[in-house]
Amino acid sequence: MAKVPEMELMNKGTTACPGCGAAHAMRYMLKALGKKTMINIPACCWAVIPGVYPSRNLEIPLLYTAFETTGASSSGVRAALNAKGVDPREITVVGFAGDGGTADIGIQALSGCLERGTDTIQVMYDNEAYMNTGIQRSGETPYGAWTTTTPVGSQKAWKRNPKKNMMEVVNAHGIPYAATVSIGHPELMIEKIQKAKEIPGPKFIHIYAPCPTGWRSDPSNTIELCKLAVDSCVFPLYEIEDGKYKIYKKPKDKIPVKDYLKLQGRFRHLPEEEVERIQENVDKEWELLLKKEEFTNE
Amino acid sequence: MSEMKIVSGNFAAAYGAKLSRVEVVAAYPITPQTEVVEKIAELVAEGEMDSEYIKVESEHSAMAACIAASNAGARAYTASSAHGLALMHELLIWASGARLPVVMTNINRAMGPPWSVWADHHDTLAQKGTGQLQFFCESNQEVLDSVIMAYKICEDEDIMLPAMVVEDAFILSHTKEPVEIYDQELVDEFLPSYDPDYKLDVDQPLGFGSLGMPDWYMDFRYKIAEAFEKAPDKIMEVNKEFEEVFGRDPGGLIEEYKTDGVDVLIVTMGSISSTSKDVIDELREEGHNVGLARLRTFRPFPVEEFRKLTKGVNVVGVMDRSYTFGHGGDAAREIKDALYGHRDVILKDYIVGLGGRDLTPKILKNVMLDAISLQDKGLDREIEWVDLRINQERWRR
Ligand SMILES: Cc1ncc(C[n+]2csc(CCOP(=O)(O)OP(=O)(O)O)c2C)c(N)n1
Ligand code: SF4
Ligand SMILES: [Mg+2]
Repeated sequence: MAKVPEMELMNKGTTACPGCGAAHAMRYMLKALGKKTMINIPACCWAVIPGVYPSRNLEIPLLYTAFETTGASSSGVRAALNAKGVDPREITVVGFAGDGGTADIGIQALSGCLERGTDTIQVMYDNEAYMNTGIQRSGETPYGAWTTTTPVGSQKAWKRNPKKNMMEVVNAHGIPYAATVSIGHPELMIEKIQKAKEIPGPKFIHIYAPCPTGWRSDPSNTIELCKLAVDSCVFPLYEIEDGKYKIYKKPKDKIPVKDYLKLQGRFRHLPEEEVERIQENVDKEWELLLKKEEFTNE
Repeated sequence: MSEMKIVSGNFAAAYGAKLSRVEVVAAYPITPQTEVVEKIAELVAEGEMDSEYIKVESEHSAMAACIAASNAGARAYTASSAHGLALMHELLIWASGARLPVVMTNINRAMGPPWSVWADHHDTLAQKGTGQLQFFCESNQEVLDSVIMAYKICEDEDIMLPAMVVEDAFILSHTKEPVEIYDQELVDEFLPSYDPDYKLDVDQPLGFGSLGMPDWYMDFRYKIAEAFEKAPDKIMEVNKEFEEVFGRDPGGLIEEYKTDGVDVLIVTMGSISSTSKDVIDELREEGHNVGLARLRTFRPFPVEEFRKLTKGVNVVGVMDRSYTFGHGGDAAREIKDALYGHRDVILKDYIVGLGGRDLTPKILKNVMLDAISLQDKGLDREIEWVDLRINQERWRR
């Protein structure tokens, strides 16, 4: 297993909330990629976390871009480097966007970027809602969750749609590498990101990044939630390399989803039968993933 | 050696980009701009143009990619029209806010609905507040010249702004004219490679576009306003230099045609200007003291120049190939702004040729005669729509 490098490219003094998973996501990612990295960041919590002008807590060049443009912006930076003769293995161009910027408003630019084969790592740090604007639902908000635009209320208007499966979306583009990673497993996360860095072409990394503010969870539970998400198979850790699935961290004993849900206020309103429904869905998805792994490795 | 070629406005734009040694192109096809995209693809595929060509999935992404490339220190180019330009809106503002000299060609086309692919300036003028310099071209040669010039102006450290070089749909974009394709060495001499002071650099990591709190934001905007104030002189300076190197005057801020001591000044933009000049000749032969100002640079708006030009003029007749709802023709409105408190002159706004409606010499002449008639009868109305189906008889007779 990869070691977590000592080097820090993210300094102290972020504006992130206590226990912010997204802050860890950037820190570990930069440890994995090193100094020779250029990052495109759209509107999202991470547009604020590095600090406001003229301060900045990251030791790498940073390009802020409009909310829906991360994929296009990454292609632009990569093209400029190509024009200057800079090898993609020498400088890594990263798109680092939230779930909204990746899976909703930015999905077109992401799709274009992947389809045209830009040599880049496109990262979705997934806190499962639009947090920067105050916790509105996104395509990545899971079924059952409260957000300010799925406010439950007397009509039980929690999110009624399933979470969009971005790993499948990006895999449909035939890209060479995609992986889910979690800040609860930093060594594995670093290993996968370093692997992505070495592969030519478009790569996708889905980082699970709990948000205590939006999930109504205790900031001290952030890492615990990451582990529970993996152990309950809510967020399986797997990679897809040239179409082959590999679950690289299988839970020894699969724990019930309710152990994961109960640490989060955003699911508090759910009646027993809804929790069961979520459990059934997680089981179904997990079984399907196991089959995909089996099938693609035959 | 320079070479004369018979090319369309679209090809002229593509050759302008090629001669400017654009390093990154990102563009998306739309009628009538499509040929620019295709021609550049061909030039790159044939190894005649050494550019990274990003085949983006939308115009929004085209401008986003150009912005990013420019931020990374590359000379970037795109082209679009109408709906594509409108889709870029957010990024047009971003480019000026980020102080990036991205140059684009916009082929002026009407906005739908109803769908229309024909000439109309509204697409460009709806972006007049986005911080782009805007150059309206009269000929295909001017399209090529303006692309090269625009980089020189925009990359100047006092300016550092994006620009739009615009040409009228079909009338220029698809009409072939002789165009001098300059010797590359000559262009290189005029336009050195782009080497910005600040760019994405792993050895000198900087952040671009971070959150600006109220105690900073306003000052950044003021800096852009300052650049706009410096732009007219810079444009004229580059125009002069261009003339010295290439022996051709692309028109500066305003091209004056027989304006000395005129009583009536006609103002036009874009391709109708050349027909209008013929009509001016005809009217002068008939004894009318009339001249023409072709408004080439819409942004920055040549305020001082209009004040000078209208000295001693009785009537200004402005032909606007655009109409901003609730406001009027864009050029007429801006000229009024410029003259307020400086000139007491009759100004009439003629809305003409929207959505590609044909502007024959006859119609143009009737417009000018109407303007001339105002000297005696005074201003009848501030804005008049010309050659509508309900008033065609009057303008075509
Ligand atoms: C075009 C546009 N629409 C809306 C917004 C407002 N906005 C800024 S960030 C954001 C949500 C970001 O959500 P996500 O991508 O999940 O990142 P997070 O804030 O959760 O980290 C929204 C809606 C914007 N900046 N631009
Ligand atoms: S709202 Fe959530 S994602 Fe945003 S900074 Fe706070 S904890 Fe992090
Ligand atoms: Mg989010």
